[in-house]
Amino acid sequence: MPSTLFSPSIPSRPVYAGLVSQGSAPALMLADAEGALALADLAARDPAVMARAQLIYIPAGSDHAARLQALKPAQFHQAPSFATALPRLRKALVDAHMGTAVYLAGTEGLIGQALAEALAAGLPLDAVQCEHRGSIARRMQCVHCKGVTENVTTDPFTCSHCGLTLFVRDHYSRRLAAFQGVCVDAETPGEIPETQEIRP
Amino acid sequence: MTARLLRVAEVTPLSSLITRFRFECPDGGTLPLFSGGAHVVVEMPDDGVLRRNAYSLISDPMDGSGYEIAVRRDDAGRGGSRFMHSRVAVGDTMRIGAPVNLFSLDLRARKQLLIAGGIGITPFLAQLRQLMRLQLPFELHYAARSREDAAGLKLLPDLPQVHFHISDETRQVDLDAILSCQPLGTHVYTCGPAGMIRAVETVATRLGWPKGALHSEAFLAPPPGAAFQAKLARSGKTITVGPHQSLLEALEAADVDPPWLCRGGACGQCETAVLSCKGQIHHHDHWLSDAEKASQTRIMPCVSRFQGDELILDR
Repeated sequence: MPSTLFSPSIPSRPVYAGLVSQGSAPALMLADAEGALALADLAARDPAVMARAQLIYIPAGSDHAARLQALKPAQFHQAPSFATALPRLRKALVDAHMGTAVYLAGTEGLIGQALAEALAAGLPLDAVQCEHRGSIARRMQCVHCKGVTENVTTDPFTCSHCGLTLFVRDHYSRRLAAFQGVCVDAETPGEIPETQEIRP
Repeated sequence: MTARLLRVAEVTPLSSLITRFRFECPDGGTLPLFSGGAHVVVEMPDDGVLRRNAYSLISDPMDGSGYEIAVRRDDAGRGGSRFMHSRVAVGDTMRIGAPVNLFSLDLRARKQLLIAGGIGITPFLAQLRQLMRLQLPFELHYAARSREDAAGLKLLPDLPQVHFHISDETRQVDLDAILSCQPLGTHVYTCGPAGMIRAVETVATRLGWPKGALHSEAFLAPPPGAAFQAKLARSGKTITVGPHQSLLEALEAADVDPPWLCRGGACGQCETAVLSCKGQIHHHDHWLSDAEKASQTRIMPCVSRFQGDELILDR
């Protein structure tokens, strides 16, 4: 599965340039699901990248763990969800020195949330490498009740917190790691456009 | 530019080369507060020539009772620092611009690493006050050739995270050691000679520091050079730029007033379109990209010069 190409949109919409090896520098790697393949491709281009890498993998229904372990990262840890990986990620960010490369790969929800952690740890945006692979489901924040709905694949969708029908915008918050969802029938209640699959 | 007339309240020699000047409102009022790293432009009427030099503010950014600067006398320079040292006395009034900050701290950083060379300590003196007030982690390295050059020694707090490196006393800065053990999220700020700024950039890049975490400030004095002429398309004038004059100063002498903030090739305010260039622009700024410089379609009049047959500016 190749990395995802998103259609051009407003500047707010994140784009993911793809992973470029920083050599054998200490590395912090985090991937979910098909993101594992981006790390495997990275290691195929430069095997040295794994020499001092701490790799955290969230399978999320896929099973690329054995393949990642075969790349022989310095440390490998598998977590069932982002929430369970978070304490380890935060500890790794606290312990790391400048010069540590950060690689994120997989879904937008994972990349966005891990990037928000890295930025909160003081890293500038250009210090984090990202590559999108797999599901294009979005993490959406309802602008009305502020609740976040994970894995949104249709437009419009129903807010999992307040129940409003929300239009999927490309307007993105880096701090919240979420796109903004806006009530689609605020002016004419009940008039809801046909539900469509989200496209890249 | 918004400048105000301030009274010279104190002139304090810090070393044989460096003197501190304090400016206050003549009516005892308060001045606008600023942020660490800000500079002011000081106007010096020097026998018919109006000199304007930028100096970093070294006083507490949250103290509006006065502005303080430290000036290193450069006898080989264009004359601004000589004017400050020899002609300015307590009680004089001088025109001082509003503070502008082109070297502010990135407060998203987890730690601030400050590296100063010589008189480059000045912006950090104000930043230290800000960092201590905000109780943010920092580390300062101050390198100077000799104690004579290290006037900042007297102005720095006695804290374990403040480190001195005096070359005469064979305590060189080990950039590899400093830059290889900083916690993730550290930003580094360098102010000092161009060679020091380059060295920090080189070592940091080799150690894998991202560009976004590297900050530096080097005010350039306009370099002297051969006199040249420039035609001004909009105002219909032709001006001659003297060997020790900058193009910006020549424009101002002809009553053409481009906007400016730093007068040292850093802020980008005076960027001017070049309509025709038959010759070579000598770019000295940190503002234009290499491609823009090569295209010879833009010039920064504050520091850049020209050599050739014809230069037509959109001014």
